[in-house]
Amino acid sequence: MDWQALALSVKLSLMTLVFLLPIGIFFGRWLAYRRFIGKSLLQTVLALPLVLPPTVLGYYLLVLFSPNQGLGLWLANNFGTTLVFNFEGLVLASIIFNLPFAIQPMQRAFASIPSEIREAAACCGMRPSTVLWKIELPLAWPGIVSAMVMCFAHTLGEFGIVLMVGGNIPAETQTIAISIYDSVQSFDDQSASIMSFSLLMFSMLTISFTYWLSERSSHTHV
Amino acid sequence: MSDSSIHINLQQQQPIPLQVELQCKSGELLALVGPSGSGKTTVLRAIAGLYQPQTGHIECQGEVWQHSSQQIFRQAYQRHVGLVFQNYALFPHMTVLENIQQALTDIPQSQRREQAFELLKKVHLDGLEQRYPKKLSGGQQQRVAVARALARRPKVLLLDEPFSAVDQVTRRKLYRELLSLRQSLAMPIILVTHDLEESTLLADRIALLHKGEVLQTGTPEYVSAHPHTATVARLMDQQNLFTAQILEHNASTQTTRLRWRGVELQASYQPQFPVNTKVCWMIQSANVLLHRRDRPSNGDKENPLQGTIIEYLESNGLSQLLIEVDAELKVNIALNVPLHVGKRNKLRENEKIGISLLTEGIHLMPYQSLRRET
Repeated sequence: MDWQALALSVKLSLMTLVFLLPIGIFFGRWLAYRRFIGKSLLQTVLALPLVLPPTVLGYYLLVLFSPNQGLGLWLANNFGTTLVFNFEGLVLASIIFNLPFAIQPMQRAFASIPSEIREAAACCGMRPSTVLWKIELPLAWPGIVSAMVMCFAHTLGEFGIVLMVGGNIPAETQTIAISIYDSVQSFDDQSASIMSFSLLMFSMLTISFTYWLSERSSHTHV
Repeated sequence: MSDSSIHINLQQQQPIPLQVELQCKSGELLALVGPSGSGKTTVLRAIAGLYQPQTGHIECQGEVWQHSSQQIFRQAYQRHVGLVFQNYALFPHMTVLENIQQALTDIPQSQRREQAFELLKKVHLDGLEQRYPKKLSGGQQQRVAVARALARRPKVLLLDEPFSAVDQVTRRKLYRELLSLRQSLAMPIILVTHDLEESTLLADRIALLHKGEVLQTGTPEYVSAHPHTATVARLMDQQNLFTAQILEHNASTQTTRLRWRGVELQASYQPQFPVNTKVCWMIQSANVLLHRRDRPSNGDKENPLQGTIIEYLESNGLSQLLIEVDAELKVNIALNVPLHVGKRNKLRENEKIGISLLTEGIHLMPYQSLRRET
């Protein structure tokens, strides 16, 4: 068992969640309640990581982060940093490829709150921020939590994009999925087996938890 | 305008046409009545601050809530409105007590619990404070919604079809409770309903809305009996609506004579309609008198007509008759009599009967085509 790779994967997943939680709530709520020109296009762009092969997305991110042009060049010139083959780049790539897994369930969760409930809260004298805190988040939280769990599990097991953007640098960018690949390549079947089984169990737990949450939410809400 | 009233003036062409001018005094219950899509709920939402019409002026108890020309628009949370939604919109993740406490924002935290208990007692829900909305019946949910609306200490109480989601037995009980509760409420109350019976039972005045426009306001009885136009009469579910021509006004007998499809009718004196002009006229079914076969009376001489019962229904203690009037008239007149009268007179379909149209009950209106509007 490559504990270092596991620790890095967990760290990457948690860092991703820290950023994705506010991003998901903001975009999920915005897309659920607002109508605007270009909404369909934005939703399409946000959903792209669902259908794009991870290596394709990884390739484009590698191009985007490249210090020879665009964003990568700007970062290199202004901050003397780069986003390829390091942990920070991996976090950003992870946030991008998880966007639909975070935003879509949260959007559904916010959209399922009847508009009358939010209006009733306003008529009770609640400001929009209070309505979000006291009404919307408690009602949408099963969707928010299941989105976060899915993103955590997805990041933990992601292979293609991580390899493209981060490479395979032990303790820096080598996650557990890449470590499994390495173990198989070096005929270390036992390590590969233990790590694969651990990820399998974790995935099963994740899915069970999200089903339990959605079941629970349908029992408590009208 | 008295200081304790609400004054509403809304004008808009698009997307929902609105032409509304209303006033409701403190303690008065005004019903906004009209068919589906007439704009009732939009008006209510505009009062609550949940919808902003293009042009509007809403002033409640001296507070300006909207004044378009001065760019004033107070958000819903800044207005003191109590709104009972059609489906109650209770917060499903909170208990009954917590639901009510959410609206008690104007009093110190320490007093909210006690105040919420008092409100629950007022709506006869004490003992259910720890229940979740899902565990309440429709009637109980409605009471919680009313208590929550009152907890806001509203300057106006708005009720959006609050009885439509409960069964008829519960509805009657809730009617009685609202009538009793409103005695203690010193604020304007505005009820949205499409149910004319409901508005007649509960409202002091009604405002009849059609395609976003207030066509007429007045007591329910007055608007029913004296609609300004045939459209109002139709919306007030007046079935006996026809056209005729004015023949003569007689100031000495205080009568107006009409020609209606070859028959002359005598109506009460309504000289505002010039002689020879066409008019619409209506008569409420309560003003159509059934002739007793065994004992003719003086009333039988007022605009007597003969006809055949073509439809006979018994419902709610009434015999509802549709009578096809004989000869050249070829029209149907609706008439309601108490059920015992129907039974005693052995009324049934295809039976020949005599009726009279009471002179005082014939109400004239400006002429308009009576083809059903789409």
